[in-house]
Amino acid sequence: MPPIISIAGLTKTYASGFRALNNINLDIRPGEIFALLGPNGAGKTTLISIVCGIVTASAGTVLADGLDIRRDYRATRSRIGLVPQELTTDAFETVKATVTFSRGLFGRAPDPQHIEKVLRDLSLWDKRDNRIMTLSGGMKRRVMIAKALAHEPDILFLDEPTAGVDVELRRDMWQLVRGLRDRGVTIILTTHYIDEAEEMADRIGVISKGELIVVEEKTTLMKKLGKKQLILHLQEAMPAIPSGLVDWTLALKAGGTELEYSFDANTEHTGVPALLRRISDLGIGFKDINTRQSSLEDIFVSLVHQPKSTQPMQERA
Amino acid sequence: MKPAGVPAFNSHGVWAIFRFEMARFKRTLAQSLVAPVITTSLYFVVFGAAIGSRMAGVEGVPYGAFIVPGLIMLSLFTASLSNASFGIYFPKFTGTIYEILSAPVSPSEIVLAYVGAAAVKSIVLGLIILATAGLFVPIQILHPLWMIAFLLLTTITFSLFGFIIGIWAKGFEQLQFIPMLIITPLTFLGGAFYSIDMLPPTWRTVSLFNPVVYLISGFRWSFYGSADVGVGVSLAATLGFFLACLAGVVWIFKTGYRLKN
Repeated sequence: MPPIISIAGLTKTYASGFRALNNINLDIRPGEIFALLGPNGAGKTTLISIVCGIVTASAGTVLADGLDIRRDYRATRSRIGLVPQELTTDAFETVKATVTFSRGLFGRAPDPQHIEKVLRDLSLWDKRDNRIMTLSGGMKRRVMIAKALAHEPDILFLDEPTAGVDVELRRDMWQLVRGLRDRGVTIILTTHYIDEAEEMADRIGVISKGELIVVEEKTTLMKKLGKKQLILHLQEAMPAIPSGLVDWTLALKAGGTELEYSFDANTEHTGVPALLRRISDLGIGFKDINTRQSSLEDIFVSLVHQPKSTQPMQERA
Repeated sequence: MKPAGVPAFNSHGVWAIFRFEMARFKRTLAQSLVAPVITTSLYFVVFGAAIGSRMAGVEGVPYGAFIVPGLIMLSLFTASLSNASFGIYFPKFTGTIYEILSAPVSPSEIVLAYVGAAAVKSIVLGLIILATAGLFVPIQILHPLWMIAFLLLTTITFSLFGFIIGIWAKGFEQLQFIPMLIITPLTFLGGAFYSIDMLPPTWRTVSLFNPVVYLISGFRWSFYGSADVGVGVSLAATLGFFLACLAGVVWIFKTGYRLKN
């Protein structure tokens, strides 16, 4: 299937000389949830802002469903919805008025039924006649999502959708995003909450200092870069790692009562059976054993902090 | 490939912005309408009744009636500038401009909506002031069509000018700066309350460099048939100012000046 969004050679240098994006190449597949992960200031918002028409790129092209976002901006923008990071809403308008405004602004004929559906989906219907300034922060965030959905976009950008929202709203938001995906909406979200990407995304792109350093299926990424830990809960605390175990990368934890072995889960020889034999030979007793897969967070931290030369090659989707 | 199903003119978008601006007008009815009407009434009480009754008419027109076109112009300038500049500045200030920039609306549609709404509001105000003036002094309009033409052209021009100020301004002080420091003095010195023929020759020549003289003179001519400068010159100057503002707006959207970074 051809990509729904195709970004090629995208570069942005701000007037101050700051290069926010450097030669970004990225294809988004129709119907997927793509998470753009990166630390603050990595260029996530700049990337989204260019695709949505708020920031002008210095170089490169962006196609939405094969159409150039600059030349065919009417066609592309009418299909794209954006929920920005900042809570920027009008203060004096009512919820319903501002969502109706958004639909018109994006060139769609009035459709009170659709507006009602969007407001009900976001639990805003009861607040429809309230002025926005009277709403809580979480409710304002919902209003911004309602505005972005008012014109029935099939591509939705969510810039840090759950930054500063409570747990319940976060769960609701995830639910909503999944519901939209089920209806065929392509979703691109940025986040610096790794568990969010882990929970939601089909694919993950990691951006750091304006460069996409990896784009990968979430499961592949976790498998490829994932480390596993084998933890032995010892019967007796150990003051130091015995010299007979130097062949394995081991660490003593929990005051010497846990022996942790880190290994690459994807290699043929993990070294686990040999280690267990040696431990038995040395007469070290253990009462329990468990393994742990490294989280996306560990992977992310290792990616962002790796020296450039050892970073995995960037892959095109 | 031309995408199908996307109209070449986003009428829903223009209408949405226009309605949004008019809703703001309704919410602030007191400050956008009542305040100028009270101010104007005060001018009539002071200049028309108190001082005007002791003055001879200007060019055969009673003084109270003579100042009506100038007063309407003064209100039009101020209202058009503040309506249009505030209309576009406020979304920039609050950040809601993101939605306008990401919407499928062209620059000309954005200008049409904001400037159109500002102009409509100002014209309503101008007509209300005209009606208020009619309560105080006898008014005659010799050339009603020209009166409307000057009214429209001036309002649209100053709304465009206000739009430029709104884009340019980085703070509320700057938003007030041009209206307060440039437009109000130029209007007072531009023959709103006198004919520039009443000035000594040197000051008369200086006044001819004031663009507002031409706007007021043409507008007053449409009322009473007398003018400081030829009506053709007035019209040309007004049109010139209009084109200059239009060029400014076109340049802003071409370069993305202070709209997109």
